[in-house]
Amino acid sequence: MPTPDLPYDPAELRTLALSDTGFIFDPRTGHSYSANATGLATLAAMKDGLDPAAIATKLRAEFKGGAAVEDDVAGFVDLLRELGLVRARSAP
Amino acid sequence: MADRIYERPAIVRNTFGAMNKVGRRGDLSNHAEIDGVSIDALCKEFGSPLFVFSERRLRARVREAREAFARRYPSTTMCWSYKTNYLDAICAVMHQEGSIAEVVSGMEYDKARRLGMPGDKIVFNGPAKTETELRRAVAERAIIHADHLEEIYLLEKIAAETGATPTVGVRVSLDAGIYPRWDRFGLGLENGQAMQAVKRIARGGKLALGGLHTHIGTFVLEPAAYGRAAAKLADFATEIEKSMGVRPTHVDLGGGFASTNTLATQYHAGAIAPGIGDYAEAITSALIAGASGTGTLPRLFIETGRALIDEAGTLLTSVVATKRLSTGKRAIVIDAGVNLLFTAWWYRLNIAPARSAEAFVEDTAVYGPLCMNIDCIRESVPLPDLRPGERLAIHPVGAYTVTQSMQFINLRPAVVMINEQGTPELIRRAEVLEDLTGPEVLPERLKLGATTSGATPALKIAREG
Ligand SMILES: Cc1ncc(COP(=O)(O)O)c(C=O)c1O
Repeated sequence: MPTPDLPYDPAELRTLALSDTGFIFDPRTGHSYSANATGLATLAAMKDGLDPAAIATKLRAEFKGGAAVEDDVAGFVDLLRELGLVRARSAP
Repeated sequence: MADRIYERPAIVRNTFGAMNKVGRRGDLSNHAEIDGVSIDALCKEFGSPLFVFSERRLRARVREAREAFARRYPSTTMCWSYKTNYLDAICAVMHQEGSIAEVVSGMEYDKARRLGMPGDKIVFNGPAKTETELRRAVAERAIIHADHLEEIYLLEKIAAETGATPTVGVRVSLDAGIYPRWDRFGLGLENGQAMQAVKRIARGGKLALGGLHTHIGTFVLEPAAYGRAAAKLADFATEIEKSMGVRPTHVDLGGGFASTNTLATQYHAGAIAPGIGDYAEAITSALIAGASGTGTLPRLFIETGRALIDEAGTLLTSVVATKRLSTGKRAIVIDAGVNLLFTAWWYRLNIAPARSAEAFVEDTAVYGPLCMNIDCIRESVPLPDLRPGERLAIHPVGAYTVTQSMQFINLRPAVVMINEQGTPELIRRAEVLEDLTGPEVLPERLKLGATTSGATPALKIAREG
Protein backbone atom coordinates (compact mmCIF):
# COMPACT_ATOMS: atom_id res chain seq x y z
CA MET A 1 0.00 0.00 0.00
CA PRO A 2 1.63 3.26 -1.04
CA THR A 3 2.05 5.78 1.76
CA PRO A 4 2.73 9.06 0.04
CA ASP A 5 2.89 11.12 3.25
CA LEU A 6 5.94 9.38 4.59
CA PRO A 7 9.36 10.92 3.96
CA TYR A 8 10.56 7.43 3.03
CA ASP A 9 9.23 4.36 1.31
CA PRO A 10 8.85 1.45 3.76
CA ALA A 11 9.05 -0.94 0.82
CA GLU A 12 12.70 -0.02 0.37
CA LEU A 13 13.46 -1.29 3.85
CA ARG A 14 11.52 -4.50 3.53
CA THR A 15 14.49 -6.67 2.54
CA LEU A 16 16.71 -5.42 5.37
CA ALA A 17 17.45 -8.11 7.96
CA LEU A 18 17.46 -6.72 11.49
CA SER A 19 18.85 -8.66 14.43
CA ASP A 20 18.15 -7.91 18.07
CA THR A 21 21.80 -7.15 18.68
CA GLY A 22 21.70 -4.23 16.25
CA PHE A 23 23.38 -6.05 13.36
CA ILE A 24 21.69 -5.15 10.08
CA PHE A 25 22.23 -6.79 6.73
CA ASP A 26 21.22 -5.47 3.35
CA PRO A 27 21.07 -8.42 0.93
CA ARG A 28 20.75 -6.07 -2.06
CA THR A 29 24.23 -4.62 -1.59
CA GLY A 30 25.92 -7.05 0.79
CA HIS A 31 26.63 -4.21 3.20
CA SER A 32 26.11 -4.69 6.87
CA TYR A 33 25.41 -2.03 9.45
CA SER A 34 25.40 -1.58 13.19
CA ALA A 35 22.73 0.41 14.98
CA ASN A 36 22.14 1.34 18.57
CA ALA A 37 18.91 0.33 20.30
CA THR A 38 16.97 3.44 19.33
CA GLY A 39 18.29 3.20 15.77
CA LEU A 40 17.11 -0.38 15.57
CA ALA A 41 13.71 0.52 17.00
CA THR A 42 13.37 3.39 14.54
CA LEU A 43 14.31 1.22 11.61
CA ALA A 44 11.82 -1.46 12.64
CA ALA A 45 9.08 1.15 12.99
CA MET A 46 9.92 2.59 9.58
CA LYS A 47 9.66 -0.89 8.06
CA ASP A 48 6.24 -1.14 9.66
CA GLY A 49 5.25 2.07 7.94
CA LEU A 50 4.96 4.31 10.99
CA ASP A 51 5.28 8.00 10.35
CA PRO A 52 7.97 10.09 12.13
CA ALA A 53 5.57 11.43 14.77
CA ALA A 54 4.41 7.92 15.65
CA ILE A 55 8.01 6.71 15.76
CA ALA A 56 8.92 9.50 18.17
CA THR A 57 6.00 8.56 20.42
CA LYS A 58 7.09 4.94 20.35
CA LEU A 59 10.69 5.86 21.25
CA ARG A 60 9.49 8.03 24.12
CA ALA A 61 7.47 5.12 25.45
CA GLU A 62 10.28 2.62 25.16
CA PHE A 63 13.22 4.72 26.31
CA LYS A 64 13.58 7.26 29.03
CA GLY A 65 15.23 10.65 28.80
CA GLY A 66 14.65 11.62 25.16
CA ALA A 67 14.33 15.36 24.54
CA ALA A 68 14.29 16.39 20.87
CA VAL A 69 13.16 12.97 19.64
CA GLU A 70 11.35 14.28 16.53
CA ASP A 71 14.49 16.08 15.36
CA ASP A 72 16.53 12.97 16.05
CA VAL A 73 14.19 10.79 13.99
CA ALA A 74 14.40 13.26 11.10
CA GLY A 75 18.19 13.22 11.42
CA PHE A 76 18.18 9.42 11.37
CA VAL A 77 16.15 9.35 8.17
CA ASP A 78 18.71 11.73 6.63
CA LEU A 79 21.44 9.37 7.75
CA LEU A 80 19.69 6.43 6.05
CA ARG A 81 19.47 8.50 2.92
CA GLU A 82 23.21 9.25 3.06
CA LEU A 83 23.88 5.55 3.45
CA GLY A 84 21.66 4.83 0.43
CA LEU A 85 19.23 2.72 2.43
CA VAL A 86 16.29 4.93 1.50
CA ARG A 87 15.98 7.25 -1.46
CA ALA A 88 15.07 10.88 -1.31
CA ARG A 89 11.36 11.37 -1.83
CA SER A 90 10.06 14.35 -3.67
CA ALA A 91 7.48 16.23 -1.65
CA PRO A 92 3.96 14.98 -2.30
CA MET B 1 10.62 -1.28 29.22
CA ALA B 2 11.28 2.42 29.76
CA ASP B 3 14.31 1.70 31.91
CA ARG B 4 16.43 1.83 28.80
CA ILE B 5 18.23 5.15 28.43
CA TYR B 6 17.46 7.12 25.30
CA GLU B 7 20.25 7.77 22.85
CA ARG B 8 20.00 9.52 19.50
CA PRO B 9 19.19 6.79 16.94
CA ALA B 10 22.38 5.93 15.10
CA ILE B 11 23.44 3.57 12.37
CA VAL B 12 26.84 3.03 10.78
CA ARG B 13 28.04 0.91 7.92
CA ASN B 14 30.42 -1.82 8.99
CA THR B 15 33.74 -1.87 7.25
CA PHE B 16 35.55 -5.12 6.69
CA GLY B 17 39.26 -5.52 6.46
CA ALA B 18 39.75 -2.47 8.61
CA MET B 19 39.78 -2.40 12.37
CA ASN B 20 36.26 -2.30 13.63
CA LYS B 21 35.94 1.34 14.45
CA VAL B 22 32.26 1.44 15.10
CA GLY B 23 29.67 -0.75 16.60
CA ARG B 24 29.27 -2.57 19.81
CA ARG B 25 31.97 -2.73 22.39
CA GLY B 26 31.61 -4.79 25.49
CA ASP B 27 34.44 -2.94 27.16
CA LEU B 28 33.11 0.59 27.01
CA SER B 29 33.81 1.86 30.46
CA ASN B 30 32.14 4.79 32.08
CA HIS B 31 33.60 6.97 34.76
CA ALA B 32 30.69 8.09 36.91
CA GLU B 33 32.58 8.80 40.08
CA ILE B 34 35.96 9.28 41.66
CA ASP B 35 36.48 7.75 45.10
CA GLY B 36 32.73 7.53 45.52
CA VAL B 37 32.06 11.15 44.60
CA SER B 38 29.86 11.71 41.57
CA ILE B 39 31.53 13.49 38.70
CA ASP B 40 28.38 15.43 37.98
CA ALA B 41 28.17 16.65 41.58
CA LEU B 42 31.83 17.72 41.46
CA CYS B 43 31.26 19.78 38.32
CA LYS B 44 28.13 21.33 39.78
CA GLU B 45 29.93 22.38 42.93
CA PHE B 46 33.33 23.42 41.53
CA GLY B 47 32.63 24.13 37.87
CA SER B 48 33.70 22.53 34.61
CA PRO B 49 36.37 21.84 33.56
CA LEU B 50 37.83 20.63 36.83
CA PHE B 51 41.01 18.86 37.84
CA VAL B 52 40.37 16.20 40.47
CA PHE B 53 43.05 14.41 42.45
CA SER B 54 42.47 11.31 44.53
CA GLU B 55 44.46 11.54 47.75
CA ARG B 56 43.76 7.87 48.37
CA ARG B 57 45.25 6.79 45.07
CA LEU B 58 48.18 9.15 45.45
CA ARG B 59 49.12 7.94 48.91
CA ALA B 60 48.67 4.32 47.95
CA ARG B 61 51.00 4.74 45.01
CA VAL B 62 53.67 6.62 46.97
CA ARG B 63 53.61 3.97 49.68
CA GLU B 64 53.86 1.24 47.09
CA ALA B 65 56.95 2.92 45.60
CA ARG B 66 58.51 3.66 48.97
CA GLU B 67 58.03 0.10 50.14
CA ALA B 68 59.23 -1.41 46.85
CA PHE B 69 62.59 0.29 47.45
CA ALA B 70 62.74 0.05 51.26
CA ARG B 71 62.17 -3.70 51.14
CA ARG B 72 65.12 -4.19 48.87
CA TYR B 73 67.35 -1.34 49.95
CA PRO B 74 66.61 0.30 53.31
CA SER B 75 68.71 3.43 52.80
CA THR B 76 66.53 4.92 50.07
CA THR B 77 65.32 8.53 50.07
CA MET B 78 62.33 9.39 47.93
CA CYS B 79 62.53 12.89 46.43
CA TRP B 80 59.39 14.50 45.07
CA SER B 81 59.99 15.94 41.61
CA TYR B 82 58.26 19.29 41.99
CA LYS B 83 57.97 20.00 38.30
CA THR B 84 55.71 16.99 37.86
CA ASN B 85 53.10 18.67 40.05
CA TYR B 86 53.93 21.41 42.51
CA LEU B 87 50.51 22.24 43.85
CA ASP B 88 51.00 22.88 47.57
CA ALA B 89 48.55 20.19 48.62
CA ILE B 90 50.18 17.57 46.39
CA CYS B 91 53.68 18.42 47.62
CA ALA B 92 52.43 18.40 51.21
CA VAL B 93 51.03 14.88 50.77
CA MET B 94 54.35 13.78 49.32
CA HIS B 95 56.29 15.32 52.20
CA GLN B 96 53.92 13.74 54.72
CA GLU B 97 54.69 10.43 53.08
CA GLY B 98 58.37 11.00 53.73
CA SER B 99 59.62 12.37 50.41
CA ILE B 100 62.05 15.25 50.43
CA ALA B 101 61.85 17.88 47.66
CA GLU B 102 63.54 17.73 44.26
CA VAL B 103 63.57 21.11 42.51
CA VAL B 104 65.06 22.35 39.26
CA SER B 105 64.71 26.12 39.59
CA GLY B 106 64.76 28.97 42.07
CA MET B 107 61.00 29.24 41.87
CA GLU B 108 60.54 25.61 42.83
CA TYR B 109 63.16 26.02 45.54
CA ASP B 110 61.21 28.94 47.02
CA LYS B 111 58.03 26.91 46.85
CA ALA B 112 59.60 24.04 48.79
CA ARG B 113 60.98 26.40 51.43
CA ARG B 114 57.61 28.11 51.71
CA LEU B 115 56.04 24.71 52.40
CA GLY B 116 58.46 24.27 55.29
CA MET B 117 61.08 22.02 53.72
CA PRO B 118 64.48 22.85 55.23
CA GLY B 119 67.28 23.42 52.73
CA ASP B 120 69.02 20.15 53.59
CA LYS B 121 65.86 18.30 52.50
CA ILE B 122 65.88 19.90 49.06
CA VAL B 123 67.68 18.32 46.13
CA PHE B 124 68.60 21.20 43.84
CA ASN B 125 68.96 20.06 40.22
CA GLY B 126 68.61 22.02 37.01
CA PRO B 127 70.78 23.28 34.18
CA ALA B 128 70.47 27.01 34.86
CA LYS B 129 70.81 27.85 38.52
CA THR B 130 71.60 31.52 39.13
CA GLU B 131 74.24 32.87 41.47
CA THR B 132 71.58 34.23 43.82
CA GLU B 133 69.84 30.87 43.94
CA LEU B 134 73.09 29.03 44.55
CA ARG B 135 74.08 31.42 47.35
CA ARG B 136 70.84 30.67 49.13
CA ALA B 137 71.17 26.94 48.50
CA VAL B 138 74.70 26.95 49.89
CA ALA B 139 73.67 28.92 52.96
CA GLU B 140 70.78 26.54 53.59
CA ARG B 141 72.86 23.42 52.89
CA ALA B 142 70.70 22.18 50.04
CA ILE B 143 71.71 19.02 48.21
CA ILE B 144 73.20 20.51 45.05
CA HIS B 145 73.84 18.55 41.87
CA ALA B 146 75.93 20.62 39.49
CA ASP B 147 74.99 20.41 35.85
CA HIS B 148 78.18 21.83 34.30
CA LEU B 149 81.65 23.13 35.11
CA GLU B 150 80.56 26.77 35.13
CA GLU B 151 78.23 25.96 38.01
CA ILE B 152 81.13 24.40 39.90
CA TYR B 153 83.29 27.51 39.31
CA LEU B 154 80.44 29.68 40.54
CA LEU B 155 80.11 27.54 43.66
CA GLU B 156 83.86 27.86 44.25
CA LYS B 157 83.51 31.62 44.04
CA ILE B 158 80.63 31.57 46.56
CA ALA B 159 82.69 29.32 48.82
CA ALA B 160 85.66 31.70 48.67
CA GLU B 161 83.49 34.70 49.45
CA THR B 162 81.48 33.17 52.24
CA GLY B 163 84.05 30.88 53.79
CA ALA B 164 81.63 27.97 53.51
CA THR B 165 82.59 24.58 52.11
CA PRO B 166 79.54 23.62 50.06
CA THR B 167 78.91 19.96 49.40
CA VAL B 168 78.40 19.61 45.67
CA GLY B 169 77.35 16.59 43.68
CA VAL B 170 77.52 16.05 39.94
CA ARG B 171 74.84 15.24 37.44
CA VAL B 172 76.18 12.53 35.21
CA SER B 173 75.03 11.81 31.69
CA LEU B 174 75.59 8.20 30.79
CA ASP B 175 74.75 5.63 28.17
CA ALA B 176 72.13 3.33 29.70
CA GLY B 177 71.43 1.73 26.35
CA ILE B 178 68.21 3.54 25.62
CA TYR B 179 67.22 5.83 22.83
CA PRO B 180 67.09 8.79 22.86
CA ARG B 181 70.07 9.35 25.10
CA TRP B 182 69.64 12.43 27.25
CA ASP B 183 73.11 13.88 27.04
CA ARG B 184 72.33 17.57 27.27
CA PHE B 185 72.03 17.43 31.04
CA GLY B 186 75.02 16.95 33.29
CA LEU B 187 78.53 15.87 32.38
CA GLY B 188 79.44 12.82 30.33
CA LEU B 189 80.62 9.70 32.08
CA GLU B 190 82.09 7.91 29.08
CA ASN B 191 84.00 10.95 27.77
CA GLY B 192 85.59 11.70 31.14
CA GLN B 193 83.84 15.01 31.79
CA ALA B 194 82.10 13.74 34.91
CA MET B 195 85.44 12.57 36.34
CA GLN B 196 86.98 15.93 35.55
CA ALA B 197 84.18 17.66 37.48
CA VAL B 198 84.51 15.30 40.43
CA LYS B 199 88.29 15.91 40.53
CA ARG B 200 87.75 19.63 40.49
CA ILE B 201 85.32 19.37 43.44
CA ALA B 202 87.35 16.88 45.45
CA ARG B 203 90.76 18.40 44.83
CA GLY B 204 89.99 22.07 44.31
CA GLY B 205 90.06 22.71 48.02
CA LYS B 206 86.92 24.81 48.16
CA LEU B 207 84.14 22.25 47.85
CA ALA B 208 83.28 18.85 49.29
CA LEU B 209 82.10 16.02 47.07
CA GLY B 210 78.40 15.28 47.29
CA GLY B 211 76.39 12.71 45.36
CA LEU B 212 76.32 11.32 41.86
CA HIS B 213 73.10 11.98 40.03
CA THR B 214 71.66 10.81 36.74
CA HIS B 215 68.24 11.03 35.13
CA ILE B 216 68.30 8.88 32.04
CA GLY B 217 65.03 9.92 30.43
CA THR B 218 61.32 9.90 30.96
CA PHE B 219 58.67 7.22 30.42
CA VAL B 220 61.49 4.70 30.19
CA LEU B 221 59.76 1.37 29.70
CA GLU B 222 62.84 -0.73 30.29
CA PRO B 223 63.82 -1.38 33.94
CA ALA B 224 67.08 -2.96 32.72
CA ALA B 225 68.22 0.50 31.60
CA TYR B 226 68.12 1.57 35.25
CA GLY B 227 70.12 -1.50 36.17
CA ARG B 228 72.81 -0.44 33.69
CA ALA B 229 72.73 3.17 34.92
CA ALA B 230 72.96 2.11 38.57
CA ALA B 231 75.85 -0.24 37.81
CA LYS B 232 77.70 2.55 36.01
CA LEU B 233 77.20 4.97 38.90
CA ALA B 234 78.29 2.33 41.41
CA ASP B 235 81.45 1.65 39.39
CA PHE B 236 82.08 5.35 39.06
CA ALA B 237 81.75 5.77 42.83
CA THR B 238 84.24 2.95 43.39
CA GLU B 239 86.67 4.48 40.91
CA ILE B 240 86.40 7.86 42.64
CA GLU B 241 87.01 6.34 46.01
CA LYS B 242 90.02 4.39 44.78
CA SER B 243 91.64 7.28 42.98
CA MET B 244 90.78 10.15 45.30
CA GLY B 245 90.02 8.60 48.64
CA VAL B 246 86.61 10.25 48.87
CA ARG B 247 83.28 8.57 48.64
CA PRO B 248 80.24 10.22 47.04
CA THR B 249 77.58 10.90 49.68
CA HIS B 250 74.83 9.21 47.65
CA VAL B 251 73.78 8.01 44.23
CA ASP B 252 70.62 9.46 42.71
CA LEU B 253 68.96 7.55 39.87
CA GLY B 254 66.54 10.38 39.02
CA GLY B 255 63.06 9.64 37.73
CA GLY B 256 61.57 8.57 34.44
CA PHE B 257 59.62 5.48 35.44
CA ALA B 258 56.61 5.02 33.15
CA SER B 259 53.10 5.70 34.39
CA THR B 260 50.10 3.68 33.30
CA ASN B 261 49.42 6.01 30.42
CA THR B 262 49.38 5.19 26.72
CA LEU B 263 51.95 6.81 24.47
CA ALA B 264 50.62 8.35 21.27
CA THR B 265 53.06 6.17 19.35
CA GLN B 266 52.03 3.00 21.10
CA TYR B 267 50.13 0.45 19.03
CA HIS B 268 48.10 -1.21 21.73
CA ALA B 269 46.19 0.97 24.12
CA GLY B 270 46.56 0.37 27.80
CA ALA B 271 49.10 -0.10 30.44
CA ILE B 272 52.44 -1.43 29.34
CA ALA B 273 54.34 0.18 32.17
CA PRO B 274 56.49 -2.09 34.31
CA GLY B 275 55.65 -2.10 38.01
CA ILE B 276 57.62 0.11 40.39
CA GLY B 277 59.00 -3.10 41.86
CA ASP B 278 60.62 -3.94 38.53
CA TYR B 279 62.50 -0.65 38.51
CA ALA B 280 63.39 -1.03 42.18
CA GLU B 281 64.70 -4.53 41.59
CA ALA B 282 66.88 -3.46 38.66
CA ILE B 283 68.36 -0.48 40.51
CA THR B 284 68.94 -2.01 43.92
CA SER B 285 70.35 -5.31 42.70
CA ALA B 286 72.85 -3.40 40.53
CA LEU B 287 73.89 -1.24 43.49
CA ILE B 288 74.24 -4.24 45.77
CA ALA B 289 76.33 -6.06 43.15
CA GLY B 290 78.40 -2.93 42.53
CA ALA B 291 79.17 -2.49 46.20
CA SER B 292 80.37 -6.03 46.72
CA GLY B 293 83.99 -4.91 46.25
CA THR B 294 83.88 -2.06 48.75
CA GLY B 295 81.41 -3.43 51.23
CA THR B 296 79.54 -0.14 51.59
CA LEU B 297 76.19 0.61 50.06
CA PRO B 298 75.66 4.19 49.02
CA ARG B 299 72.48 6.02 50.07
CA LEU B 300 70.04 5.91 47.16
CA PHE B 301 67.90 8.83 46.01
CA ILE B 302 64.93 8.30 43.70
CA GLU B 303 63.14 11.18 41.97
CA THR B 304 60.29 9.40 40.24
CA GLY B 305 57.55 11.86 39.26
CA ARG B 306 54.92 10.87 36.73
CA ALA B 307 54.76 7.26 37.90
CA LEU B 308 53.50 8.45 41.29
CA ILE B 309 51.02 11.14 40.38
CA ASP B 310 49.67 10.50 36.88
CA GLU B 311 47.04 7.95 37.92
CA ALA B 312 45.74 10.11 40.76
CA GLY B 313 44.64 12.95 38.47
CA THR B 314 41.50 13.24 36.32
CA LEU B 315 40.26 16.18 34.30
CA LEU B 316 36.49 16.52 34.22
CA THR B 317 35.06 18.30 31.24
CA SER B 318 31.67 18.91 29.62
CA VAL B 319 30.47 18.45 26.07
CA VAL B 320 29.68 21.76 24.40
CA ALA B 321 28.61 20.59 20.95
CA THR B 322 28.59 17.65 18.59
CA LYS B 323 29.06 17.74 14.85
CA ARG B 324 29.91 15.76 11.74
CA LEU B 325 33.11 16.64 9.93
CA SER B 326 33.27 16.81 6.13
CA THR B 327 34.55 13.25 6.13
CA GLY B 328 31.45 12.08 7.97
CA LYS B 329 33.42 11.49 11.12
CA ARG B 330 31.80 12.43 14.36
CA ALA B 331 33.38 15.20 16.43
CA ILE B 332 32.67 16.80 19.76
CA VAL B 333 33.72 20.11 21.25
CA ILE B 334 34.52 20.03 24.96
CA ASP B 335 35.24 22.82 27.42
CA ALA B 336 38.84 21.78 28.18
CA GLY B 337 41.67 22.41 25.75
CA VAL B 338 45.32 21.57 25.22
CA ASN B 339 46.25 24.60 27.32
CA LEU B 340 45.30 22.39 30.29
CA LEU B 341 46.51 19.14 28.79
CA PHE B 342 49.99 19.61 27.54
CA THR B 343 50.39 15.86 27.78
CA ALA B 344 47.75 15.29 25.10
CA TRP B 345 50.57 15.84 22.59
CA TRP B 346 52.27 12.61 23.43
CA TYR B 347 49.77 10.51 25.34
CA ARG B 348 46.60 8.92 24.09
CA LEU B 349 44.55 9.96 27.10
CA ASN B 350 41.50 7.94 28.08
CA ILE B 351 38.25 9.78 27.63
CA ALA B 352 35.24 8.17 29.27
CA PRO B 353 31.67 9.39 29.60
CA ALA B 354 30.36 9.88 33.12
CA ARG B 355 27.11 8.07 32.46
CA SER B 356 26.96 4.44 31.60
CA ALA B 357 26.04 4.31 27.98
CA GLU B 358 24.72 1.64 25.75
CA ALA B 359 27.84 0.07 24.35
CA PHE B 360 27.28 1.54 20.91
CA VAL B 361 30.25 3.63 20.06
CA GLU B 362 31.61 5.52 17.14
CA ASP B 363 35.09 6.90 16.58
CA THR B 364 34.96 10.53 17.57
CA ALA B 365 37.38 13.42 17.32
CA VAL B 366 37.60 15.39 20.55
CA TYR B 367 38.32 19.10 20.20
CA GLY B 368 38.86 21.73 22.86
CA PRO B 369 37.48 25.27 23.05
CA LEU B 370 40.58 27.20 22.00
CA CYS B 371 39.56 28.25 18.49
CA MET B 372 42.90 26.91 17.25
CA ASN B 373 43.44 24.03 14.89
CA ILE B 374 45.99 22.49 17.25
CA ASP B 375 43.42 22.14 20.01
CA CYS B 376 42.73 18.46 19.61
CA ILE B 377 42.67 16.19 22.65
CA ARG B 378 42.17 12.97 20.67
CA GLU B 379 41.96 12.51 16.91
CA SER B 380 39.83 9.48 17.38
CA VAL B 381 38.36 7.80 20.40
CA PRO B 382 35.37 5.44 20.56
CA LEU B 383 32.57 7.29 22.32
CA PRO B 384 28.82 6.83 22.58
CA ASP B 385 26.40 9.44 21.41
CA LEU B 386 26.91 12.50 23.59
CA ARG B 387 24.78 15.53 24.30
CA PRO B 388 25.79 19.05 25.26
CA GLY B 389 26.31 19.27 29.00
CA GLU B 390 27.31 15.65 29.41
CA ARG B 391 30.40 15.09 31.53
CA LEU B 392 33.51 13.28 30.45
CA ALA B 393 36.49 12.19 32.50
CA ILE B 394 39.97 12.45 30.96
CA HIS B 395 42.51 10.26 32.65
CA PRO B 396 45.30 9.86 33.72
CA VAL B 397 46.37 13.49 33.85
CA GLY B 398 48.07 13.94 37.22
CA ALA B 399 51.57 14.60 35.89
CA TYR B 400 52.82 17.71 34.07
CA THR B 401 49.34 19.05 33.34
CA VAL B 402 48.63 21.50 36.14
CA THR B 403 52.25 22.70 36.22
CA GLN B 404 52.39 23.18 32.45
CA SER B 405 48.91 24.62 32.02
CA MET B 406 48.45 28.18 30.91
CA GLN B 407 45.75 30.72 30.40
CA PHE B 408 44.88 30.95 26.77
CA ILE B 409 41.61 32.64 25.93
CA ASN B 410 40.27 31.00 29.08
CA LEU B 411 41.21 31.19 32.73
CA ARG B 412 42.41 28.05 34.43
CA PRO B 413 39.90 25.89 36.28
CA ALA B 414 39.76 24.86 39.91
CA VAL B 415 41.61 21.86 41.29
CA VAL B 416 40.12 19.68 44.00
CA MET B 417 41.53 16.79 45.95
CA ILE B 418 39.24 14.12 47.32
CA ASN B 419 40.58 13.32 50.74
CA GLU B 420 40.86 9.86 52.22
CA GLN B 421 37.44 10.22 53.84
CA GLY B 422 35.93 10.82 50.41
CA THR B 423 35.34 14.56 50.80
CA PRO B 424 36.38 16.86 47.96
CA GLU B 425 38.54 19.77 49.10
CA LEU B 426 39.44 22.77 46.97
CA ILE B 427 43.22 22.95 46.55
CA ARG B 428 43.35 25.64 43.87
CA ARG B 429 40.45 27.94 43.18
CA ALA B 430 39.29 28.70 39.66
CA GLU B 431 41.09 31.74 38.33
CA VAL B 432 39.45 35.15 38.03
CA LEU B 433 40.28 37.86 35.52
CA GLU B 434 42.46 39.64 38.08
CA ASP B 435 44.80 36.64 38.09
CA LEU B 436 45.46 37.36 34.43
CA THR B 437 45.54 41.13 34.49
CA GLY B 438 47.20 41.62 37.88
CA PRO B 439 50.79 41.77 36.59
CA GLU B 440 49.88 43.95 33.60
CA VAL B 441 50.65 47.66 33.43
CA LEU B 442 48.60 49.86 31.13
CA PRO B 443 50.35 53.18 30.46
CA GLU B 444 48.11 56.08 31.47
CA ARG B 445 48.09 57.51 27.94
CA LEU B 446 46.58 54.33 26.51
CA LYS B 447 43.61 54.16 28.83
CA LEU B 448 40.35 54.36 26.99
CA GLY B 449 39.10 57.94 27.13
CA ALA B 450 42.50 59.42 27.94
CA THR B 451 43.05 62.69 26.05
CA THR B 452 45.92 62.48 23.62
CA SER B 453 47.96 65.65 23.50
CA GLY B 454 49.36 66.21 20.05
CA ALA B 455 49.77 63.72 17.29
CA THR B 456 51.25 60.32 17.95
CA PRO B 457 54.79 59.73 16.68
CA ALA B 458 53.46 57.50 13.94
CA LEU B 459 51.25 60.28 12.64
CA LYS B 460 54.11 62.79 12.77
CA ILE B 461 56.30 60.52 10.72
CA ALA B 462 53.52 60.06 8.23
CA ARG B 463 53.19 63.82 7.82
CA GLU B 464 56.89 64.44 7.52
CA GLY B 465 57.38 61.58 5.07
C1 LIG C 1 66.17 15.79 37.30
C2 LIG C 1 64.84 15.20 37.20
N1 LIG C 1 64.42 14.33 38.14
C3 LIG C 1 63.18 13.76 38.10
C4 LIG C 1 62.29 14.05 37.10
C5 LIG C 1 60.95 13.38 37.09
O1 LIG C 1 60.78 12.64 35.92
P1 LIG C 1 59.53 11.65 35.73
O2 LIG C 1 58.30 12.44 35.94
O3 LIG C 1 59.66 11.19 34.32
O4 LIG C 1 59.68 10.55 36.72
C6 LIG C 1 62.69 14.94 36.09
C7 LIG C 1 61.78 15.26 34.99
O5 LIG C 1 62.10 15.56 33.89
C8 LIG C 1 63.98 15.52 36.14
O6 LIG C 1 64.38 16.39 35.21
